[in-house]
Amino acid sequence: MTRTLAKEMSGASRIGWLTRNLGSVLLELAAGLVMLFLVAPILVIVVVSFSSANYLSFPPPGFSLRWYADYLDQPGWVHATILSIWTAACVTIIASILGTAAAIGLVRGRLPAKRLLNACILSPLIVPGIVVAIGVYFFYVQIGLIGSPLAIIAAHSALAAPFVVLNVSATLYGFNQRLEQAAQNLGATRWQTFRYITLPIVKPGIVAGALLAFVTSFDELIVALFVSGTGAVTLPRKMWDSIRFGLEPTIASVSVLTIVVSVLAFLSAELLRRRTLRMMARESQSEA
Amino acid sequence: MVPATQVTAGISPPGAQERRRLYRRILFAEQLRYALLVAPLIIYLLIFYIYPVASMLVRSFIGDGGFTLEYFERLLETPVYWRVFSNTVLLALATTLICLALAYPLAYAMSRASSTRAAIMFALVLLPFWTSILVRSYAWMVLLGRSGIFNDWLSRAGLIKEPLNLLYTPFAVYVAMVYVLLPFMILPLYSVLRSIDPSLLRAAEGLGASARQIFFHVVAPLSKPGVAAGCLVVFILALGFYITPALMGGQRDVTLAMLIAQQLDMYEWNFAAVLASMLLFFSLAVFFIFDKMIGIERMFAR
Repeated sequence: MTRTLAKEMSGASRIGWLTRNLGSVLLELAAGLVMLFLVAPILVIVVVSFSSANYLSFPPPGFSLRWYADYLDQPGWVHATILSIWTAACVTIIASILGTAAAIGLVRGRLPAKRLLNACILSPLIVPGIVVAIGVYFFYVQIGLIGSPLAIIAAHSALAAPFVVLNVSATLYGFNQRLEQAAQNLGATRWQTFRYITLPIVKPGIVAGALLAFVTSFDELIVALFVSGTGAVTLPRKMWDSIRFGLEPTIASVSVLTIVVSVLAFLSAELLRRRTLRMMARESQSEA
Repeated sequence: MVPATQVTAGISPPGAQERRRLYRRILFAEQLRYALLVAPLIIYLLIFYIYPVASMLVRSFIGDGGFTLEYFERLLETPVYWRVFSNTVLLALATTLICLALAYPLAYAMSRASSTRAAIMFALVLLPFWTSILVRSYAWMVLLGRSGIFNDWLSRAGLIKEPLNLLYTPFAVYVAMVYVLLPFMILPLYSVLRSIDPSLLRAAEGLGASARQIFFHVVAPLSKPGVAAGCLVVFILALGFYITPALMGGQRDVTLAMLIAQQLDMYEWNFAAVLASMLLFFSLAVFFIFDKMIGIERMFAR
């Protein structure tokens, strides 16, 4: 009786061990395949952009920079790139200033309808892009702004502001308001308090938000598609037009350039965010 | 000891009321300053975002002769539009479920991996997440196109004579939609799975639970908020998706967002406005239902 039970138990544990390992092996395998699915297409684009072939083939027959040279040779691509960069730069400035001020007011003030204001500011994150695009399209037709870079800057700034507000709010929540009060008790003016206390502390949040605002505009396509007309062709818009025409490898080289810009911006924003989190953790530790 | 305020209130020296009034005025001025900081962004959004979207909503009710429900009637009476709507919802649902099925094992493996491996895997998830949707769609067009890489491989391997029509099919749309939205599912899942207290798992193991039991009775229930957050984000994004289906779908695979753009091209502005309003309301409705059920703020607080 006891012997059969023991045998059964050891059998069960052996099966348990097997299934546990089988489970782990299958899990790792599935995870690996999903990982491959995620990364492979981007690697293919990167490799194809350095291809020497006229056609799409993988692996390519040889290495060359001809598609990058092709990109630089075509004024259309270069103009679109320059337009995208300075549009995104304007968006960054507008969104950062408006967003930082709003974040300070929302976090520090006890305003009525705070939830409603927050919902308004953050709503571009949920409202489908096509809805915003149609709305601003009608609006710009009314005021005759279609095809102007201003149209794109104005719309993108509204879409980019939430990122600044979110990042600056996070840094504001993290530091103690008593620092500001102490400065004012010691006789600092409001401006001095802002300039020497608040601003240095929220700076990582502003920079992270600004970087995200830049990419938001730099990569944005849907609004640009509707309001750029023929006068303000941004880089994503130009890529869209070319993709519809054919899948030439020049687009791959442009894609790689945009990937580099996005990754650099996101990466810096993420590192700043982590540094802020670490500093906040340290401060709360030292207080405790 | 009596609190100081009560003492002053009790004795009520001359000028106490004025002092209180002054104090209140200072507080009000303080709040007014904060309000003035928020105002520029709110005014900006009112002009360049809220007014345009709101007037688009109004436009759905305005015809040539004033108020009308003509466009809504047209929407209700035309079965084609209903098919587009149901196609879009089905596509969004299927995309969400496929993303969940693919993301869960990866997120779970990441949460169990050593910190170095988890960091590498995390970076590899972020790479596509940070790449623009247009570029990611283009990548799949390069893979699936008639003269694309899969067809190149298959014909060089001698498996096919004629290139397969992979692009401009529902298949292409599904693959690319899942591809583009997958990171939005992985990230919330991973953040929830990683935050599960390992001592719970050890306790379950110590009490004799098998790996399967630990997963189904401990890990899975605790990961529910991540599942909910990921599904919400992916579903809402998929509903309004335009770029990927427009680039990769065939003539017949029309989504709601594509129909809106088509109507705009045909100068059917009011009808485009009706469709866009519908999409907006449906997206917001999904969001608020989730909010009531789960609490969005708790999800984003992580």
